[in-house]
Amino acid sequence: MFDLSPEEWTAVWLSLRIAAVATIGALPLGLAIAWLLARKDFWGKALLDGIVHLPLVLPPVVTGYLLLIWFGRKGPVGALLDKYFGIVFSFRWTGAALACGVMAFPLLVRAIRLSFEAIDRRFEDAASTLGANGLWVFLTVTLPLALPGVIAGTVLCFAKALGEFGATITFVSNIPGETQTISAAIYTLTQVPGGDAAAFRLVIVAIAIALLALIASEWFARRAGLRYHGD
Amino acid sequence: MLTVDIEKALGAFSLTAKFDVSGGATALFGPSGSGKTSVVHMIAGLLAPDRGRIALGDDMLFDSTARINVPAHRRRIGVVFQEGRLFPHLSVAQNLDYGRWMARLPPDETEHKRVVDLLDIGHLLSRRPGKLSGGERQRVAFGRALLMKPRLLLLDEPLASLDRQRKQEILPYLARLRDEAKVPMIYVSHQAGEIVKIASQVVRIEDGEVRAAGGLELLDAERRDMVF
Repeated sequence: MFDLSPEEWTAVWLSLRIAAVATIGALPLGLAIAWLLARKDFWGKALLDGIVHLPLVLPPVVTGYLLLIWFGRKGPVGALLDKYFGIVFSFRWTGAALACGVMAFPLLVRAIRLSFEAIDRRFEDAASTLGANGLWVFLTVTLPLALPGVIAGTVLCFAKALGEFGATITFVSNIPGETQTISAAIYTLTQVPGGDAAAFRLVIVAIAIALLALIASEWFARRAGLRYHGD
Repeated sequence: MLTVDIEKALGAFSLTAKFDVSGGATALFGPSGSGKTSVVHMIAGLLAPDRGRIALGDDMLFDSTARINVPAHRRRIGVVFQEGRLFPHLSVAQNLDYGRWMARLPPDETEHKRVVDLLDIGHLLSRRPGKLSGGERQRVAFGRALLMKPRLLLLDEPLASLDRQRKQEILPYLARLRDEAKVPMIYVSHQAGEIVKIASQVVRIEDGEVRAAGGLELLDAERRDMVF
């Protein structure tokens, strides 16, 4: 029973690609915002924090609809991106990646921010007396010390992006081969008679991927942690 | 060579320090909580005074009226902290090289060997700081500060976290460091016994104020309670 049909494989690969692109795209911005929130006091900090966390508490349909309004072909941002860069989000897999990235972003920022806040800042002071400017302190001390948290956040972001459903289907619909991820495919299969077996296969795949991701993150985080105490 | 004349309010505590330091080793002496560490942080550039000036030779590091505040990473002042603060994710060798990397200097094998031999840390190079004893950790911290080729070395109670036996073990290295490294040193301590072995001048701080500056005779009152 475990032969996935070509359509099912397409959904699996598409999901992995969308989640990977969403995570890779979210990571640099997530690091920057987590650092700002952990280390800087500025006007509007509470507002930024709120906006970052909004997708966590808003109904996903609302987030998807807002994305549609802003990033759709006629939307203010979408129209500009289409005109000047040729980037189109609406009803494309890139739009699914954007939706997944936005939905997973709060989890990423939260995990990284906590690990930044947990770092003993006296190491950063020591680095600056040794001649490291702000950027080098970040790259050679802050980031390596926060690595277990950064990895955990990245995996969480990937897992969330992999399972995202509501915002994605609202923003880019459910087009097989373009925007139909595992979740959307399972949803479709449960709506048609006789789709149960196929839906079940995809459920098994989803569980397997999620478990693998969790085990991998645990392994990486443990290794990174060991480096500080090991010999 | 170092001129300090600063004021700083730290909560309810206010710190006023005015003193000059020539070459050699100078002790910043006073009880715990007298403001010594804050003075060190201000000289290193980790804490900004409210008012005043700090100059190293002709180089103005801080001047509140001229709005000068050279950031810590451009001061080239080596600091050894009480707890060493070795980077836990780097090996001993990488810790020692850190200052050189940041200054983008080529490796200097002779200098490296000299410092490693001086502190007797050659056998520790491939280890991680987490696996070092307290005394080894502080020796590596001395080496790391020396290898950045500092213009001034600040030692902030570098022996305070060690037991008495370890202190006795480290003191000879410190004396060698003073005699051979030829870098002016400021040695912060509340232990008169340590100071007489290291320093030749004393600046005495109490309750956030410099009470006296001069030679080792300033410690006379304390020698009765000497630990060593």
